[in-house]
Amino acid sequence: MKYRDEYRDGAAARRLADAIGRTVTRPWTLMEVCGGQTHAIVRYGIDELLPPSVELVHGPGCPVCVTPIEYIDKAIEIALRPGTILCSFGDMLRVPGTHGDLFGAKSRGGDIRIVYSPLDALAIARAEPVREVVFFAVGFETTAPANAMAAYRAKQDKIANFSMLVSHVLVPPAMRAILDGPDSRIQGFLAAGHVCTVMGTREYDPIAVRYRVPIVVTGFEPIDILEGVLMCVRQLEEGRAEVENQYSRSVRRDGNPTALELLAQVFTVIPRRWRGIGDIADSGFGLSAAYVEIDAEFRFGAVRSGEDPVGECLSGSVLRGERRPPDCPAFGTRCTPENPLGVTMVSSEGACAAYYRYRGLVPTKEPAQ
Amino acid sequence: MCLAIPGLVMSMTGGDPLQRTGQVDFGGIVKTINLAYAPEARIGDYVLVHVGFAIAVIDEAEAAKVFEHLREIGEIEEMRSTP
Repeated sequence: MKYRDEYRDGAAARRLADAIGRTVTRPWTLMEVCGGQTHAIVRYGIDELLPPSVELVHGPGCPVCVTPIEYIDKAIEIALRPGTILCSFGDMLRVPGTHGDLFGAKSRGGDIRIVYSPLDALAIARAEPVREVVFFAVGFETTAPANAMAAYRAKQDKIANFSMLVSHVLVPPAMRAILDGPDSRIQGFLAAGHVCTVMGTREYDPIAVRYRVPIVVTGFEPIDILEGVLMCVRQLEEGRAEVENQYSRSVRRDGNPTALELLAQVFTVIPRRWRGIGDIADSGFGLSAAYVEIDAEFRFGAVRSGEDPVGECLSGSVLRGERRPPDCPAFGTRCTPENPLGVTMVSSEGACAAYYRYRGLVPTKEPAQ
Repeated sequence: MCLAIPGLVMSMTGGDPLQRTGQVDFGGIVKTINLAYAPEARIGDYVLVHVGFAIAVIDEAEAAKVFEHLREIGEIEEMRSTP
């Protein structure tokens, strides 16, 4: 397939890895922000192609992982209401709440439907006007335009039985929170290419300047990631800290203007709590005042604050990039995708799930597609 | 979840810019995709698709840059290996 296969060429990947090897003169620690990049790095063994002095630390870019437990609890509560349909992306169903997950709610009779797009949830609302249809709107900036469009259409077309439970998060405040952390060792970032396709790159300039970190907006294929690493270590070796764009076939400096216009109408920036990380100021989207009637919290009661479960799970430090999945004594033994102890093993984009799937404990196992 | 994949725009329908859709081919699988956020998309363009929405038209000239970069790296390697 065009724009995919040519970015997976093994010889080109080795050539880039060699160039990285010739560039670095000392150890550097980089963080890739997005869970999709983490997945590609582990799947294709990109970390193993790099010289040992370049370490890739996995970031918090898995929206399923960082959705606070109280939103899972609220989604379960809504799903169990009579006459209600809860629509969600499939990944959310196995995320543990305080008491069980959405799959459990489904087995207890909750009408929960997995949708591919928020517009599918809107179509269900149109088809079943006597039922309340609630879409569990999670995600980073990449998903926000799609969710904003569902809200916009519902308001325009007066679909009174549609609402959204919104738990949207934003990448730049999380990068700041990681850099402000007392134990941060991050010296450069590979920023998330699809987030920047929507938002553009301007909001990263102040981060690069203030923290003196190079930020390279990077794509998701092996060649993209290796080129992003090369651009980042070149900056570090030359003492530069700038925002550069590796993923220029998709990312423009000003982002997607049509999407940004609708986002500004539908959403407003609010503080959010990140599971495993904590409260971060101005780190998410909530529905704007004009869309309050579409807010499931307005309709079914506000989300109550919850507590992250206490146990041996290290997912918080994995999400902050402080620990790696294999560092966890429960990894692959007491914690597997079938019986996950925490969010980073649940979501297919979580770092623990990626390690389990592609590195596993059984080396002969073929990676699934 | 921020997965987005490239697909080829085969046809387009709809007048209202916010409701415009297209048939997009992903290596043989054709799906109806909302083109509201890619108003510049034309038949024959590749768009980047996330949860049913095109979020960008892929820029062919920019896409070639990574391969130019690779050629440069190759030339440097050759110069190094030439005595």
